Amino acid sequence: MDVKYIKDYLSWLYYQYLLITCSYVLEPWEKSIFNTLLLTAIAMVIYSSYVFIPIHVRLAMEFFSGICGGQHESTIALMS
Amino acid sequence: MGAAGRGGADRSGDRTVMPRCNTVEGPGGHNTYKAAMNGTYKSEHGGLKNGFVRSGALFEEEKFYNGGLYKRPFHEAFEETPMLVAVLTYMGYGILTLFGYMRDFMRDWKIEKCHNATEREEQKDFVPLYQDFENFYTRNLYMRIRDNWNRPVCSVPGERVDIMERFTDDYNWTFKFSGRVIKGVMNMGSYNYLGFAQNHGVCADSSSSVLHEYGAGVCSTRQEMGNLDKHEELERLVARFLGVEAALAYGMGFATNSMNIPALVGKGCLILSDELNHASLVLGARLSGATIRIFKHNNMQSLEKLLRDAIVQGQPRTHRPWKKILIVVEGIYSMEGSIVRLPEVIALKKKYRAYLYLDEAHSIGALGPNGRGVVDYFGLDPRDVDIMMGTFTKSFGGAGGYIGGSKVLIDYLRKNSHSTAYATSMSPPVAEQIITAMKCIMGEDGSTLGRQRVEQLAENTRYFRRRLTEMGFIIYGNSDSPVVPLMLYMPAKIGAFGREMLKRNIGVVVVGFPATPIIESRARFCVSAAHTKEMLDLALTKISEVGDLLQLKYSRHHFVPLLDRPFDETTYEETED
Ligand SMILES: Cc1ncc(COP(=O)(O)O)c(C=O)c1O
Repeated sequence: MDVKYIKDYLSWLYYQYLLITCSYVLEPWEKSIFNTLLLTAIAMVIYSSYVFIPIHVRLAMEFFSGICGGQHESTIALMS
Repeated sequence: MGAAGRGGADRSGDRTVMPRCNTVEGPGGHNTYKAAMNGTYKSEHGGLKNGFVRSGALFEEEKFYNGGLYKRPFHEAFEETPMLVAVLTYMGYGILTLFGYMRDFMRDWKIEKCHNATEREEQKDFVPLYQDFENFYTRNLYMRIRDNWNRPVCSVPGERVDIMERFTDDYNWTFKFSGRVIKGVMNMGSYNYLGFAQNHGVCADSSSSVLHEYGAGVCSTRQEMGNLDKHEELERLVARFLGVEAALAYGMGFATNSMNIPALVGKGCLILSDELNHASLVLGARLSGATIRIFKHNNMQSLEKLLRDAIVQGQPRTHRPWKKILIVVEGIYSMEGSIVRLPEVIALKKKYRAYLYLDEAHSIGALGPNGRGVVDYFGLDPRDVDIMMGTFTKSFGGAGGYIGGSKVLIDYLRKNSHSTAYATSMSPPVAEQIITAMKCIMGEDGSTLGRQRVEQLAENTRYFRRRLTEMGFIIYGNSDSPVVPLMLYMPAKIGAFGREMLKRNIGVVVVGFPATPIIESRARFCVSAAHTKEMLDLALTKISEVGDLLQLKYSRHHFVPLLDRPFDETTYEETED
């Protein structure tokens, strides 16, 4: 029952995706090219954010804690 | 690309999407008037009525008076395109264009076979024939959803039609018939406003008896051996129906426009044309050789400005006054569903002494308490319109067009128009169909059937429009217009809507570029008096279902008042002699 509902919902969502990106009117091989490109782009975005965001966050933290003065630094140092 | 065959050229492409909505209220309530009229528009209430109400409760008290021109509420709405939808639509076109370039590249490099027309090898160095945008669009965008158009119909296009089933195995480049017929598809697309497109009933009977008497063809023009008594009868009847001195009937509506405008105006004349005028009017105006200036759709400020400039400045360079100024408007605009602001146009025409050409192709029969078009709808005098043009193709279920006006005008046209001199005259059974239908509308057949149809159409229109608006669709146009455009916007939804509706046994017309601006694709329903309430309800349920499936219920009921229309700028006073 629940599975069917989720399946319906997913197929509806896919249909909306087809309509909005216009892949509804593309031929199947074009559709697969489009989907592949889009998936690759999304995968790359996710991968690069996975790789780079933690580094940037750490750098930013260090930078701001540097600005905010020694007190914080000492607490952080104490904690670590 | 639209089934209505409106040329791309009659639209200015860069039309800005304006949030447009305005209401003119009828008599009653507010009775202060700015301009004194010359008496013709006085109502029984003793006052003059007028006043533009900007819609929405917020603006309830904010009134703009324009000299008592309207005798009835005039409500016309064009909801703004939601920003997100506009962005997604452009994105969709962007994706399709990219794939189009890819396919064109592949065709160029012979990776795939090109089905389209191409230049011959020996012509390769000439000016390219198939490289402009319209060709690109046809090849790469229109082709993908082409199955929605030109479906062969194999029955009378009444409230239900039979459609021949067809399929394609090369993505719409060619179609094959499966031999089956899709029966009983509800017809929401034909211009069958009064339901006279029938193969039985009084019209069909009388035209078949005329067919037995006269045959189908005439084989000559009006000026030679093709002037039958049926044509004379038809013309007298049309003149009486319209309330004008004389009328002239032609075998084709499109040619009525495109051949008669050149007979009326020529070099040294000025045509002021609405930007959304039908291709036939555009063609006629261009053939005439007159200067053409375009005013914004139904925008009287724009029209008045052009009129004023034309009179002040005269012809370019020489500054001689224009020989004639002809304002060309339509009654109901078939793509927007809007009704012309005729009272204002007439007031302007009188004030600046221009001529008015009114194309009532969609409005004749379909509007007004007596079914006599926009003039009747607004309760005006038909003599104020110089040239009343219309077609028999829509409400009367026939074919052809007419021109009505003063005796002088008609005599002149009878002698000078190409349509009377060179075109074969109307087929007698068709003339009879029109005569019978018109008599039925006028009540001269001794029944109230015609009147009932007119009333039924008005009722159906209001019901259908109200329900669609309530469901949350974006609907364009005037609340009394039987042409109901439902906005789809995204290119994939044009195809999906047509297909899904046909799956549910409803035939609709979907329209995209170039018949509409590129982002304003729409489905256009034509309400008919032949639709029963049950049929409309069924259609509405299905439309709602498809609307949910395709997420078409865009409306947020935000009718932003028209900010670029300073209403008090125009005064419709006639200049006194
Ligand atoms: C405004 C207008 N004028 C003229 C015509 C042409 O009429 P007909 O189809 O009779 O040739 C049409 C048809 O769509 C129209 O909409």
